[in-house]
Amino acid sequence: MSTRAQIQWLADGHRLHLQDGPIDLIVEAFSAAAEVEAAYRTACERFATILDELCGELPFLRTALSGVVQNADREDGPHPRGAVAQRMTAATLPYAAQHFITPMAAVAGAVADEILTTMTTAQLSRAYVNDGGDIALHLSAGEKFVVGMVQRPDRPSLFGTTTLEFSQPVRGIATSGWRGRSFSLGIADAVTVLADRAATADAAATIIANAVDLPGHPRILRVPARELAPDSDLGEIPVTQAVRELTAAEINEALTRGVTTAESLLQRKLICAAALCLQGETRVVGGASEFTQIVLSREGSLVHA
Amino acid sequence: MPKEAPEGVAKSAADDAIRCDACPVLCYIKPGRTGSCDRYGNHEGKLVRLDPHVILDRAVERGESVVPFLERSRDWDGTLVSHGETFVTAIGAGTTYPDYKPAPFIISSQVEGVDMVTVVTEGIFSYCGVKVKIDTDRHLGAECSAVRAQGEAVGHVTTSEYGSQMLSLGGVRHLTGGSRHEGTATCKTLLDLCNGKAVDLKIDDGANVVVQAGEPPVVDGAEEERMRVGCGSATIGMFAKQWFGKVDEVVVVDDHITGVLSEHQAGKLLGVRETGIKLKGRRSTPGRYFQVAQPGTSWGGTDIDDPLTILGKFNSKKAWPGLSLLMVSTTGEQHAYFELGDDLKPLEKDLPPHLRQSVDRIKENCEPALCTVLFMGGAGGSLRAGVTENPVKLTHSVRDALTRVTCGGSPVYVWPGGGITFMADVTRMPRNAFGYVPTPALVAPIEFTLKLADYAALGGYVENVRPLTSLLRDQPALDQLGHDQEGPRRLTARSDNPWPLASQAGTTKKAKKK
Repeated sequence: MSTRAQIQWLADGHRLHLQDGPIDLIVEAFSAAAEVEAAYRTACERFATILDELCGELPFLRTALSGVVQNADREDGPHPRGAVAQRMTAATLPYAAQHFITPMAAVAGAVADEILTTMTTAQLSRAYVNDGGDIALHLSAGEKFVVGMVQRPDRPSLFGTTTLEFSQPVRGIATSGWRGRSFSLGIADAVTVLADRAATADAAATIIANAVDLPGHPRILRVPARELAPDSDLGEIPVTQAVRELTAAEINEALTRGVTTAESLLQRKLICAAALCLQGETRVVGGASEFTQIVLSREGSLVHA
Repeated sequence: MPKEAPEGVAKSAADDAIRCDACPVLCYIKPGRTGSCDRYGNHEGKLVRLDPHVILDRAVERGESVVPFLERSRDWDGTLVSHGETFVTAIGAGTTYPDYKPAPFIISSQVEGVDMVTVVTEGIFSYCGVKVKIDTDRHLGAECSAVRAQGEAVGHVTTSEYGSQMLSLGGVRHLTGGSRHEGTATCKTLLDLCNGKAVDLKIDDGANVVVQAGEPPVVDGAEEERMRVGCGSATIGMFAKQWFGKVDEVVVVDDHITGVLSEHQAGKLLGVRETGIKLKGRRSTPGRYFQVAQPGTSWGGTDIDDPLTILGKFNSKKAWPGLSLLMVSTTGEQHAYFELGDDLKPLEKDLPPHLRQSVDRIKENCEPALCTVLFMGGAGGSLRAGVTENPVKLTHSVRDALTRVTCGGSPVYVWPGGGITFMADVTRMPRNAFGYVPTPALVAPIEFTLKLADYAALGGYVENVRPLTSLLRDQPALDQLGHDQEGPRRLTARSDNPWPLASQAGTTKKAKKK
């Protein structure tokens, strides 16, 4: 096992914290103690090599997929090698024709999916792998998760909840927005997506969050990604660094753009539902379907003082 | 806390970015930025390591308190050090979520040989509001009238205090119990008032008033200069001796109690002769009259511009031609001098110089009119769980005065009874100490300071305590992370605020705080 990776229990003694470089996972499994331990051991073993695997093909993973699509049939064309890289590529490929996207857009979700999959070799009633807010879920028959959604990571308060049950297809949740850890081209505070896998949710959240936008608006500060992080996969593309207070009409316009994109992804069955947040306003797409219900809390579940 | 990274650092000549080789991602990091992990950053060309819980705003969940599992656990060098001269406020500290996680900063320092701990967090207060005291006798609105901002009801006029009109704004009902617009307007009003900004308020069937903490109120466009020296009766009491022998009768016009020198106990004791004056309104006790006019924004907080309108006819059996009469408001701003003619009707004359002095003295004795804003919030809920795993013990500890509560380093009054409901003067806090969440609710800083031994006894997160020096040493690194704004500010403590770390005797101490 890598000596770099850190693996610890959280204070509650139930959740496991795995960290290696930028990968930061909270893992929890529910079952008989022996099964949970087996799942955690498998997770740790798998975790140990993931960062090295990814870094081994970083140049490919940071390349826009539009070129890959063209060369997909050629044997000498670039192909992902590792299992996580393949998950990332598969999740982002559906967007390559219409959008600038690199496999990195799904890295967090793909890692979560990969770890969760290895854990389910054990008999678990429920489990989740939370990779910085991008979450892969496992449910056995009759089980469910209640998930809270947060608009701004710096001011955590829940704006809604969703209950995910075994009978529903959702096994992945991801959130994207300009306030988050990764750069965003849009102005959404948070776009939370429910999808069949964490990687697909991750890629879709990125695309929808990018679409929540007011192009050319003077109250949005954008900086070329390279100026912030020289090796960003986004290169010279301007990324959002600050959004001033917008009018209700502007918020509506930006959210509507995002909703249009989200609805097309819903039609293409790439997502199950999405919740889009911008300056206190929230829109839900597909959230009232028979598969998924997103309940927006008017009052929110605050960190009540 | 940040340490200089042991790993090698390669510098890119082109743009001052450094390459971090803490992990195989090998990020190029620009000055003032962090790598993709948010754990390593470039501080003035040096690679520094940042402790995970400094960047609490970046990950919803991240482990801080750990026990060993398969591998080594994180070391913590938790030496307690002497550093009583700096106090870390919660402003900009952020908050952890969910609540059961330790607060963002739990800091130890040694004060007078005792290990002290300050738990620093920002609370999201949906139960909160402000009490506004407006030093004016002018009628701003009837009790219980709605107070509006941007057309939305954000509070109400409450019971007035001596020389002041009081507003109660905010509260959970306006914040989250009404329409979205009402909540947003309420939150904005509270935020601006708490952050020392001017706010336009309109009172139903009353005045427009501009309120700004520490500044004079502006009532219907006119800036209030002074608050009254006292009620009309009190003014008679204070100045009776100075008027005696210089004028036959004095009426101090006041919306609350209008005073009449010759009938007032103060005049009687001096032997002031009866004048046959007749006042409108309801007599309370001799020389003291309620409701001589309607409330308003003119003479003594009434609606009158001509003081004679509050007088009836002089009693011809007692009054005499040439009788001198001074009428003055409780601030001395309005005054008029009369002498009775042969028909015993008052004729206005110039104020004689020997009476001018007494009017000026009323003015001199008035304090400047100010608006003052007290933030009031309840921290009795789950915020306590960021301090201790046994929340009620924190409440008890505050109650027993073992734990000192401060709000942005400023003193608070903790309301007796259950919970931790406190009030704090927003002008004693650093500027812009407050924030908000769109819920809407206010985000206010709150710090709990207590002895380390007491902290351990109430089930505190002792393992999360870190020494103050670690925070100070690495403050520049902290600056670059975790905050929307420019990052930690270092301020000189206000000399009129008790030093939060001083012993509970309440000594004030000039010292630096952050």
